[in-house]
Amino acid sequence: MLKVRIIPCLDVKDGRVVKGINFINLKDAGDPVEQAKVYDKQGADELCFLDITASSDKRNIILDVVSKTAEQCFMPLTVGGGVRSIEDIRNLLMAGADKVGINTSAVSNPELVRESSVKFGSQCIVVAIDAKKEKGDWIVYTHGGREPTGIKALEWAKFMAKSGAGELLVTSMDRDGTGKGFDLELLRNITDLVDIPVIASGGVGILKHLVDGVKIGKASAVLAASIFHFGKFTIKNARDEMEKNGIPVR
Amino acid sequence: MNVGIIDYGSGNIRSVSKSFERAAFELESKVKINVIRSAQELKNMDRIVLPGVGAFADCIKGIKNINSLYKTLNDMVLGKSVPFLGICVGMQLLANYSNEHGRHNGFGWIEGEVVPIIRKDNDIKIPHMGWNSIEILKKHQIFENIKNGEDFYFVHSYNFNSKNKDYIYSETRYGGYITAVVIKNNIIGTQFHPEKSQIFGIQFIKNFLEWIP
Repeated sequence: MLKVRIIPCLDVKDGRVVKGINFINLKDAGDPVEQAKVYDKQGADELCFLDITASSDKRNIILDVVSKTAEQCFMPLTVGGGVRSIEDIRNLLMAGADKVGINTSAVSNPELVRESSVKFGSQCIVVAIDAKKEKGDWIVYTHGGREPTGIKALEWAKFMAKSGAGELLVTSMDRDGTGKGFDLELLRNITDLVDIPVIASGGVGILKHLVDGVKIGKASAVLAASIFHFGKFTIKNARDEMEKNGIPVR
Repeated sequence: MNVGIIDYGSGNIRSVSKSFERAAFELESKVKINVIRSAQELKNMDRIVLPGVGAFADCIKGIKNINSLYKTLNDMVLGKSVPFLGICVGMQLLANYSNEHGRHNGFGWIEGEVVPIIRKDNDIKIPHMGWNSIEILKKHQIFENIKNGEDFYFVHSYNFNSKNKDYIYSETRYGGYITAVVIKNNIIGTQFHPEKSQIFGIQFIKNFLEWIP
Protein backbone atom coordinates (compact mmCIF):
# COMPACT_ATOMS: atom_id res chain seq x y z
CA MET A 1 0.00 0.00 0.00
CA LEU A 2 1.23 3.49 -0.84
CA LYS A 3 2.14 5.46 2.27
CA VAL A 4 1.40 9.10 2.98
CA ARG A 5 4.66 11.02 2.92
CA ILE A 6 5.90 13.26 5.71
CA ILE A 7 8.24 15.92 4.31
CA PRO A 8 10.30 18.35 6.35
CA CYS A 9 11.06 21.50 4.42
CA LEU A 10 14.24 23.54 4.57
CA ASP A 11 13.56 27.14 3.60
CA VAL A 12 17.03 28.42 2.87
CA LYS A 13 18.21 32.04 2.77
CA ASP A 14 21.89 32.99 2.45
CA GLY A 15 22.86 29.38 3.05
CA ARG A 16 20.94 29.08 6.32
CA VAL A 17 17.63 27.46 7.14
CA VAL A 18 15.11 30.12 8.11
CA LYS A 19 11.49 30.15 9.09
CA GLY A 20 9.14 33.09 9.01
CA ILE A 21 5.51 33.90 9.60
CA ASN A 22 3.37 34.58 6.50
CA PHE A 23 6.64 34.52 4.50
CA ILE A 24 8.28 37.39 6.50
CA ASN A 25 10.05 37.92 9.86
CA LEU A 26 12.54 35.16 9.14
CA LYS A 27 14.18 33.40 12.06
CA ASP A 28 17.35 31.33 11.83
CA ALA A 29 16.73 27.59 12.10
CA GLY A 30 20.18 26.16 11.51
CA ASP A 31 22.51 24.75 8.92
CA PRO A 32 20.80 22.93 6.03
CA VAL A 33 23.47 20.25 5.83
CA GLU A 34 23.12 19.41 9.54
CA GLN A 35 19.34 19.50 9.31
CA ALA A 36 19.36 17.14 6.33
CA LYS A 37 21.48 14.69 8.29
CA VAL A 38 19.03 14.73 11.18
CA TYR A 39 16.03 14.17 8.91
CA ASP A 40 17.73 11.33 7.07
CA LYS A 41 18.39 9.65 10.44
CA GLN A 42 14.81 10.22 11.55
CA GLY A 43 13.64 8.50 8.39
CA ALA A 44 11.80 11.40 6.75
CA ASP A 45 10.04 10.22 3.60
CA GLU A 46 11.46 13.03 1.48
CA LEU A 47 13.22 16.30 1.99
CA CYS A 48 12.38 19.62 0.43
CA PHE A 49 14.99 22.37 -0.02
CA LEU A 50 13.74 25.78 -1.08
CA ASP A 51 16.06 28.67 -1.78
CA ILE A 52 13.40 31.22 -0.89
CA THR A 53 15.08 34.39 -2.10
CA ALA A 54 16.64 33.17 -5.36
CA SER A 55 13.79 34.57 -7.48
CA SER A 56 13.39 37.86 -5.62
CA ASP A 57 17.18 38.37 -5.64
CA LYS A 58 17.19 37.49 -9.37
CA ARG A 59 20.03 35.04 -8.90
CA ASN A 60 20.62 31.35 -9.44
CA ILE A 61 20.17 28.79 -6.72
CA ILE A 62 23.10 28.14 -4.38
CA LEU A 63 24.29 24.93 -6.02
CA ASP A 64 27.12 24.25 -3.60
CA VAL A 65 24.77 24.25 -0.58
CA VAL A 66 22.33 22.06 -2.51
CA SER A 67 25.03 19.56 -3.30
CA LYS A 68 26.36 19.47 0.28
CA THR A 69 22.82 18.93 1.54
CA ALA A 70 22.15 16.23 -1.06
CA GLU A 71 25.23 14.34 0.10
CA GLN A 72 23.41 13.72 3.39
CA CYS A 73 20.21 12.39 1.85
CA PHE A 74 19.39 8.87 0.84
CA MET A 75 15.79 9.87 0.46
CA PRO A 76 14.22 11.83 -2.39
CA LEU A 77 15.22 15.46 -2.44
CA THR A 78 13.16 18.19 -4.06
CA VAL A 79 14.97 21.46 -4.68
CA GLY A 80 13.35 24.73 -5.65
CA GLY A 81 14.20 28.40 -5.93
CA GLY A 82 15.15 30.42 -8.99
CA VAL A 83 14.71 27.56 -11.47
CA ARG A 84 14.37 29.26 -14.86
CA SER A 85 15.61 26.88 -17.54
CA ILE A 86 16.21 23.29 -18.60
CA GLU A 87 19.87 23.94 -17.85
CA ASP A 88 19.03 24.96 -14.26
CA ILE A 89 17.12 21.72 -13.79
CA ARG A 90 19.95 19.67 -15.20
CA ASN A 91 22.40 21.42 -12.84
CA LEU A 92 20.20 20.65 -9.84
CA LEU A 93 19.95 16.99 -10.81
CA MET A 94 23.72 16.92 -11.18
CA ALA A 95 24.03 18.44 -7.70
CA GLY A 96 21.98 15.58 -6.24
CA ALA A 97 18.35 16.69 -6.49
CA ASP A 98 15.75 14.15 -7.58
CA LYS A 99 12.97 16.56 -8.31
CA VAL A 100 12.85 20.29 -8.87
CA GLY A 101 10.29 22.76 -7.67
CA ILE A 102 9.19 25.50 -10.06
CA ASN A 103 7.13 28.44 -8.91
CA THR A 104 7.93 31.90 -10.27
CA SER A 105 9.12 30.65 -13.67
CA ALA A 106 6.04 28.50 -14.13
CA VAL A 107 4.05 31.74 -14.12
CA SER A 108 6.39 33.80 -16.27
CA ASN A 109 7.07 30.91 -18.65
CA PRO A 110 4.53 28.05 -18.41
CA GLU A 111 6.22 26.42 -21.40
CA LEU A 112 9.12 25.53 -19.08
CA VAL A 113 6.83 23.12 -17.19
CA ARG A 114 5.75 21.43 -20.40
CA GLU A 115 9.25 21.23 -21.85
CA SER A 116 10.94 20.03 -18.67
CA SER A 117 8.31 17.37 -18.00
CA VAL A 118 8.91 15.94 -21.45
CA LYS A 119 12.68 16.05 -21.01
CA PHE A 120 13.01 14.86 -17.42
CA GLY A 121 9.65 13.14 -16.94
CA SER A 122 6.68 14.53 -15.05
CA GLN A 123 7.83 12.83 -11.85
CA CYS A 124 10.74 15.25 -11.74
CA ILE A 125 8.69 18.44 -11.95
CA VAL A 126 7.00 19.78 -8.84
CA VAL A 127 5.04 22.96 -9.36
CA ALA A 128 4.92 25.03 -6.20
CA ILE A 129 1.89 27.25 -5.73
CA ASP A 130 1.91 29.95 -3.08
CA ALA A 131 -1.69 31.04 -2.62
CA LYS A 132 -3.35 33.78 -0.62
CA LYS A 133 -7.05 34.30 -0.13
CA GLU A 134 -8.34 37.58 -1.49
CA LYS A 135 -12.01 38.47 -1.82
CA GLY A 136 -13.17 34.87 -1.76
CA ASP A 137 -10.58 33.56 -4.22
CA TRP A 138 -7.13 32.14 -3.76
CA ILE A 139 -4.58 34.11 -5.73
CA VAL A 140 -1.17 32.85 -6.86
CA TYR A 141 1.88 34.74 -5.63
CA THR A 142 5.42 34.47 -7.00
CA HIS A 143 8.93 35.60 -6.02
CA GLY A 144 8.74 33.94 -2.61
CA GLY A 145 5.36 35.45 -1.83
CA ARG A 146 6.26 38.98 -2.87
CA GLU A 147 4.43 39.38 -6.16
CA PRO A 148 0.68 38.90 -6.65
CA THR A 149 -0.12 37.56 -10.12
CA GLY A 150 -3.91 37.91 -10.17
CA ILE A 151 -4.10 34.28 -11.28
CA LYS A 152 -6.68 32.13 -9.50
CA ALA A 153 -4.96 29.25 -7.72
CA LEU A 154 -7.55 26.60 -8.63
CA GLU A 155 -7.39 27.36 -12.34
CA TRP A 156 -3.63 27.53 -12.13
CA ALA A 157 -3.42 24.14 -10.41
CA LYS A 158 -5.49 22.56 -13.14
CA PHE A 159 -3.46 24.19 -15.87
CA MET A 160 -0.14 23.13 -14.32
CA ALA A 161 -1.33 19.52 -13.96
CA LYS A 162 -2.30 19.57 -17.62
CA SER A 163 1.04 21.10 -18.56
CA GLY A 164 2.93 18.11 -17.20
CA ALA A 165 3.63 18.81 -13.52
CA GLY A 166 4.12 15.55 -11.64
CA GLU A 167 2.95 16.97 -8.37
CA LEU A 168 1.81 20.20 -6.77
CA LEU A 169 3.22 21.75 -3.63
CA VAL A 170 0.40 23.93 -2.34
CA THR A 171 1.30 26.49 0.31
CA SER A 172 -1.23 28.70 2.00
CA MET A 173 0.45 32.04 2.59
CA ASP A 174 -2.27 32.96 5.06
CA ARG A 175 -1.38 29.99 7.22
CA ASP A 176 2.37 29.64 6.68
CA GLY A 177 4.25 29.91 9.96
CA THR A 178 1.09 30.63 11.98
CA GLY A 179 0.71 27.14 13.44
CA LYS A 180 -3.04 27.32 12.80
CA GLY A 181 -3.15 24.33 10.46
CA PHE A 182 -3.37 23.91 6.69
CA ASP A 183 -5.92 25.85 4.67
CA LEU A 184 -8.03 22.72 4.26
CA GLU A 185 -10.56 24.34 1.98
CA LEU A 186 -7.85 25.39 -0.47
CA LEU A 187 -6.32 21.92 -0.32
CA ARG A 188 -9.54 20.03 -0.80
CA ASN A 189 -10.52 22.22 -3.73
CA ILE A 190 -7.24 21.49 -5.46
CA THR A 191 -7.01 17.77 -4.63
CA ASP A 192 -10.53 17.26 -6.01
CA LEU A 193 -9.59 19.14 -9.15
CA VAL A 194 -6.34 17.43 -10.19
CA ASP A 195 -5.30 13.81 -10.71
CA ILE A 196 -1.67 14.32 -9.63
CA PRO A 197 -0.44 14.13 -6.03
CA VAL A 198 -0.70 17.26 -3.90
CA ILE A 199 1.65 18.14 -1.04
CA ALA A 200 -0.03 20.16 1.68
CA SER A 201 2.02 23.02 3.07
CA GLY A 202 1.73 26.02 5.33
CA GLY A 203 0.46 26.27 8.86
CA VAL A 204 1.24 23.07 10.72
CA GLY A 205 1.44 23.75 14.46
CA ILE A 206 0.34 20.48 16.01
CA LEU A 207 0.38 16.90 14.75
CA LYS A 208 -3.36 16.76 14.31
CA HIS A 209 -2.97 19.30 11.50
CA LEU A 210 -1.03 16.71 9.51
CA VAL A 211 -3.86 14.22 9.96
CA ASP A 212 -6.41 16.83 8.84
CA GLY A 213 -4.37 17.59 5.72
CA VAL A 214 -4.71 13.97 4.64
CA LYS A 215 -8.18 13.14 5.91
CA ILE A 216 -9.95 16.39 5.09
CA GLY A 217 -7.62 18.02 2.58
CA LYS A 218 -6.97 14.67 0.81
CA ALA A 219 -3.28 15.48 0.39
CA SER A 220 -0.87 12.72 -0.73
CA ALA A 221 1.90 14.18 1.37
CA VAL A 222 2.26 16.67 4.19
CA LEU A 223 5.03 19.20 4.51
CA ALA A 224 6.09 21.08 7.61
CA ALA A 225 9.04 23.14 8.74
CA SER A 226 8.92 24.83 12.14
CA ILE A 227 7.47 21.93 14.11
CA PHE A 228 10.41 19.77 13.04
CA HIS A 229 13.25 22.33 12.90
CA PHE A 230 12.86 23.63 16.40
CA GLY A 231 12.60 20.12 17.81
CA LYS A 232 8.97 20.40 18.88
CA PHE A 233 8.20 17.09 17.17
CA THR A 234 10.21 14.37 15.43
CA ILE A 235 9.29 12.64 12.21
CA LYS A 236 8.45 9.61 14.32
CA ASN A 237 5.98 11.61 16.44
CA ALA A 238 4.26 12.68 13.23
CA ARG A 239 4.22 9.15 11.89
CA ASP A 240 2.78 7.73 15.12
CA GLU A 241 0.00 10.31 15.20
CA MET A 242 -0.94 9.58 11.62
CA GLU A 243 -0.89 5.85 12.16
CA LYS A 244 -3.09 6.23 15.22
CA ASN A 245 -5.58 7.92 12.96
CA GLY A 246 -5.59 5.14 10.39
CA ILE A 247 -3.36 6.82 7.82
CA PRO A 248 -0.88 4.47 6.11
CA VAL A 249 2.67 5.56 6.94
CA ARG A 250 6.05 3.96 6.58
CA MET B 1 35.54 -3.82 -9.26
CA ASN B 2 34.50 -1.06 -11.62
CA VAL B 3 30.89 0.06 -11.56
CA GLY B 4 29.77 2.20 -14.46
CA ILE B 5 26.77 4.49 -14.09
CA ILE B 6 25.64 5.67 -17.49
CA ASP B 7 24.98 9.39 -17.82
CA TYR B 8 22.89 10.06 -20.92
CA GLY B 9 21.92 13.58 -19.98
CA SER B 10 18.70 13.36 -18.04
CA GLY B 11 19.15 11.05 -15.07
CA ASN B 12 19.61 11.84 -11.36
CA ILE B 13 23.24 10.79 -11.74
CA ARG B 14 24.66 12.25 -8.54
CA SER B 15 21.95 10.71 -6.45
CA VAL B 16 22.72 7.26 -7.88
CA SER B 17 26.51 7.44 -7.78
CA LYS B 18 26.47 8.65 -4.18
CA SER B 19 24.30 5.73 -3.04
CA PHE B 20 26.67 3.29 -4.76
CA GLU B 21 29.60 4.96 -3.03
CA ARG B 22 27.83 4.48 0.29
CA ALA B 23 27.03 0.82 -0.45
CA ALA B 24 30.64 0.14 -1.49
CA PHE B 25 31.88 1.85 1.67
CA GLU B 26 29.61 -0.31 3.83
CA LEU B 27 30.83 -3.44 2.06
CA GLU B 28 34.42 -2.37 2.67
CA SER B 29 35.18 -3.64 -0.80
CA LYS B 30 37.36 -2.08 -3.44
CA VAL B 31 34.68 -0.73 -5.69
CA LYS B 32 35.24 2.23 -7.96
CA ILE B 33 32.16 4.15 -9.03
CA ASN B 34 32.49 5.68 -12.51
CA VAL B 35 30.12 8.01 -14.31
CA ILE B 36 30.14 6.85 -17.93
CA ARG B 37 29.67 9.19 -20.86
CA SER B 38 31.28 7.22 -23.71
CA ALA B 39 31.36 3.73 -25.19
CA GLN B 40 35.10 3.56 -24.57
CA GLU B 41 34.67 4.15 -20.82
CA LEU B 42 31.93 1.54 -20.64
CA LYS B 43 34.20 -1.22 -21.96
CA ASN B 44 36.15 -1.57 -18.71
CA MET B 45 33.17 -1.95 -16.41
CA ASP B 46 32.34 -5.01 -14.29
CA ARG B 47 28.88 -3.78 -13.35
CA ILE B 48 26.63 -1.46 -15.36
CA VAL B 49 23.89 0.77 -13.96
CA LEU B 50 21.36 2.65 -16.05
CA PRO B 51 19.52 5.17 -13.86
CA GLY B 52 16.25 6.69 -14.82
CA VAL B 53 14.86 10.09 -14.23
CA GLY B 54 13.40 11.10 -17.49
CA ALA B 55 10.89 10.43 -20.19
CA PHE B 56 11.31 7.17 -22.11
CA ALA B 57 11.85 8.75 -25.53
CA ASP B 58 14.32 11.26 -24.19
CA CYS B 59 16.31 8.53 -22.42
CA ILE B 60 16.57 6.29 -25.47
CA LYS B 61 17.54 9.27 -27.59
CA GLY B 62 20.16 10.28 -25.03
CA ILE B 63 21.72 6.81 -25.11
CA LYS B 64 21.68 6.51 -28.90
CA ASN B 65 23.18 9.97 -29.26
CA ILE B 66 26.40 8.82 -27.61
CA ASN B 67 28.56 7.33 -30.32
CA SER B 68 28.47 3.46 -30.24
CA LEU B 69 27.31 3.42 -26.62
CA TYR B 70 24.19 1.44 -27.43
CA LYS B 71 26.16 -1.16 -29.38
CA THR B 72 28.77 -1.49 -26.64
CA LEU B 73 26.05 -1.79 -24.01
CA ASN B 74 24.50 -4.66 -25.96
CA ASP B 75 27.90 -6.36 -26.39
CA MET B 76 28.67 -6.07 -22.69
CA VAL B 77 25.31 -7.10 -21.26
CA LEU B 78 24.10 -9.65 -23.81
CA GLY B 79 27.47 -10.80 -25.14
CA LYS B 80 29.69 -10.75 -22.07
CA SER B 81 26.93 -11.15 -19.46
CA VAL B 82 28.11 -8.20 -17.37
CA PRO B 83 25.66 -7.72 -14.45
CA PHE B 84 23.28 -4.90 -15.30
CA LEU B 85 20.89 -2.84 -13.17
CA GLY B 86 18.26 -0.61 -14.76
CA ILE B 87 16.43 1.76 -12.44
CA CYS B 88 12.95 3.16 -13.10
CA VAL B 89 12.99 4.32 -16.72
CA GLY B 90 16.30 2.43 -16.92
CA MET B 91 14.23 -0.68 -16.27
CA GLN B 92 11.46 0.29 -18.66
CA LEU B 93 14.03 0.66 -21.45
CA LEU B 94 14.52 -3.13 -21.28
CA ALA B 95 11.10 -3.61 -22.88
CA ASN B 96 10.32 -3.81 -26.59
CA TYR B 97 8.52 -0.50 -26.59
CA SER B 98 6.81 2.15 -24.49
CA ASN B 99 3.66 4.17 -25.05
CA GLU B 100 4.88 7.23 -23.15
CA HIS B 101 4.36 10.33 -25.34
CA GLY B 102 3.87 8.19 -28.47
CA ARG B 103 5.27 4.75 -29.26
CA HIS B 104 9.03 4.35 -28.86
CA ASN B 105 11.22 1.28 -29.14
CA GLY B 106 13.28 0.09 -26.18
CA PHE B 107 16.18 -2.38 -25.99
CA GLY B 108 13.95 -5.45 -26.23
CA TRP B 109 16.11 -7.38 -23.75
CA ILE B 110 13.09 -8.52 -21.78
CA GLU B 111 10.03 -9.02 -23.92
CA GLY B 112 7.22 -6.73 -22.91
CA GLU B 113 5.67 -3.31 -23.16
CA VAL B 114 5.53 -0.18 -21.04
CA VAL B 115 1.98 1.04 -20.53
CA PRO B 116 0.26 3.70 -18.41
CA ILE B 117 -0.69 2.66 -14.88
CA ILE B 118 -4.31 1.55 -15.00
CA ARG B 119 -6.58 3.73 -12.98
CA LYS B 120 -9.27 1.28 -11.88
CA ASP B 121 -9.83 3.22 -8.76
CA ASN B 122 -10.56 6.87 -9.49
CA ASP B 123 -9.11 7.82 -6.16
CA ILE B 124 -5.51 7.12 -7.08
CA LYS B 125 -3.23 9.89 -8.18
CA ILE B 126 -0.78 9.54 -11.06
CA PRO B 127 2.28 9.48 -10.88
CA HIS B 128 2.50 6.67 -8.36
CA MET B 129 4.75 8.61 -6.04
CA GLY B 130 6.12 7.63 -2.67
CA TRP B 131 6.92 4.66 -0.46
CA ASN B 132 5.16 1.45 -1.26
CA SER B 133 5.64 -2.07 0.09
CA ILE B 134 6.96 -4.69 -2.28
CA GLU B 135 5.89 -8.28 -2.46
CA ILE B 136 8.78 -10.62 -3.16
CA LEU B 137 7.46 -13.36 -5.43
CA LYS B 138 10.62 -15.41 -5.83
CA LYS B 139 13.78 -15.89 -3.88
CA HIS B 140 16.87 -14.21 -5.30
CA GLN B 141 20.20 -13.04 -3.97
CA ILE B 142 19.20 -9.45 -4.72
CA PHE B 143 16.66 -9.63 -1.84
CA GLU B 144 19.21 -10.78 0.74
CA ASN B 145 18.41 -9.16 4.13
CA ILE B 146 15.32 -7.49 2.70
CA LYS B 147 12.01 -8.56 4.19
CA ASN B 148 8.93 -9.25 2.15
CA GLY B 149 6.69 -6.17 2.45
CA GLU B 150 9.53 -3.68 2.93
CA ASP B 151 8.88 -0.15 1.61
CA PHE B 152 10.73 1.25 -1.39
CA TYR B 153 10.45 4.60 -3.12
CA PHE B 154 8.49 4.68 -6.38
CA VAL B 155 7.86 7.52 -8.75
CA HIS B 156 6.43 6.70 -12.16
CA SER B 157 3.33 6.83 -14.31
CA TYR B 158 4.01 3.78 -16.49
CA ASN B 159 4.28 0.08 -15.76
CA PHE B 160 6.52 -2.59 -17.25
CA ASN B 161 4.32 -5.39 -18.52
CA SER B 162 6.62 -8.38 -18.93
CA LYS B 163 5.24 -10.91 -21.39
CA ASN B 164 6.88 -13.79 -19.55
CA LYS B 165 5.72 -13.55 -15.94
CA ASP B 166 8.65 -15.74 -14.84
CA TYR B 167 10.87 -12.67 -15.06
CA ILE B 168 8.79 -10.77 -12.51
CA TYR B 169 10.42 -11.25 -9.12
CA SER B 170 8.56 -8.60 -7.17
CA GLU B 171 5.38 -6.57 -7.44
CA THR B 172 3.67 -3.75 -5.62
CA ARG B 173 0.02 -2.70 -5.52
CA TYR B 174 -1.19 0.61 -6.85
CA GLY B 175 -4.55 0.49 -8.56
CA GLY B 176 -3.63 -2.93 -9.88
CA TYR B 177 -0.34 -4.82 -9.78
CA ILE B 178 2.83 -2.94 -10.65
CA THR B 179 6.02 -4.72 -11.66
CA ALA B 180 8.63 -3.80 -9.04
CA VAL B 181 11.57 -6.02 -10.04
CA VAL B 182 12.31 -7.98 -13.22
CA ILE B 183 15.27 -10.33 -13.54
CA LYS B 184 16.53 -12.21 -16.56
CA ASN B 185 19.94 -13.87 -16.33
CA ASN B 186 22.45 -11.06 -15.64
CA ILE B 187 19.87 -8.29 -16.09
CA ILE B 188 17.94 -6.72 -13.22
CA GLY B 189 15.42 -3.93 -13.50
CA THR B 190 13.72 -2.11 -10.63
CA GLN B 191 10.78 0.21 -10.94
CA PHE B 192 11.54 1.67 -7.52
CA HIS B 193 14.58 3.79 -6.78
CA PRO B 194 17.02 1.87 -4.55
CA GLU B 195 19.20 5.00 -4.43
CA LYS B 196 16.34 6.85 -2.72
CA SER B 197 15.12 4.05 -0.49
CA GLN B 198 17.33 4.70 2.52
CA ILE B 199 18.61 1.63 4.44
CA PHE B 200 16.98 -1.11 2.37
CA GLY B 201 17.80 0.68 -0.84
CA ILE B 202 21.47 0.66 0.10
CA GLN B 203 21.08 -3.02 1.06
CA PHE B 204 19.66 -3.74 -2.40
CA ILE B 205 22.63 -2.01 -4.02
CA LYS B 206 25.06 -3.96 -1.83
CA ASN B 207 23.36 -7.16 -2.95
CA PHE B 208 23.75 -6.08 -6.57
CA LEU B 209 27.46 -5.42 -6.06
CA GLU B 210 27.94 -8.86 -4.48
CA TRP B 211 25.72 -10.73 -6.92
CA ILE B 212 27.32 -13.22 -9.25
CA PRO B 213 24.74 -14.19 -11.86
